[in-house]
Amino acid sequence: MNHYETVFIMTPVLSDAQMKETVEKFKGILTANGAAIVNEESWGMRKLAYPIEKKSTGFYELIEFDAEPDTIAKLEVNFRRDERIIRFITVKQDKFAAEYAIRRRSLRQSKVEEA
Amino acid sequence: MAESTSEIRYLAPQTVDVKKKKYCRFKKAGIKYIDYKDPEFLKRFLNEQGKILPRRITGTSLKFQRRVAQAVKRARHLALLPYVTDMMK
Repeated sequence: MNHYETVFIMTPVLSDAQMKETVEKFKGILTANGAAIVNEESWGMRKLAYPIEKKSTGFYELIEFDAEPDTIAKLEVNFRRDERIIRFITVKQDKFAAEYAIRRRSLRQSKVEEA
Repeated sequence: MAESTSEIRYLAPQTVDVKKKKYCRFKKAGIKYIDYKDPEFLKRFLNEQGKILPRRITGTSLKFQRRVAQAVKRARHLALLPYVTDMMK
């Protein structure tokens, strides 16, 4: 079970309900394939550095999970098929990245508690 | 007849800039992983046009320069950083 993290951008024309439904759909795909979702963050609507598909903003979503290598191919096929996702990247976390992610998560937790 | 032209006298002494010892900021700060998800940190390694700064300017070691380049390219893929721009920073 390797550690992975995936970030994907959803097109801004979606309503909030569709947004959540898309995220739930991909989390479902992961759990269906036996992946353990470790952390999930949504950065909300952000301005893109360059227009993608004629849109200049997008909803960013980060999911960190542990999975078998073959689930990644299934996940990416679904990303490509879904037209609501305009860009995605999945990255395997090496040990430094995993440590960094844990530190980053605790940092965000503490910030959330303060706010 | 041709007086020596090598002897060019300057008014002010040539200031040869003192060679500042460059160091790899990652080794010094003990940073092990360069995150492609926060563009603010990566911007320090880009110039105004958004191009990656060479090692001779930033002084980073080869190992970390490759990681910086990798992180910048991933950030560009995710539209966190522009490929080309005119006025960055």
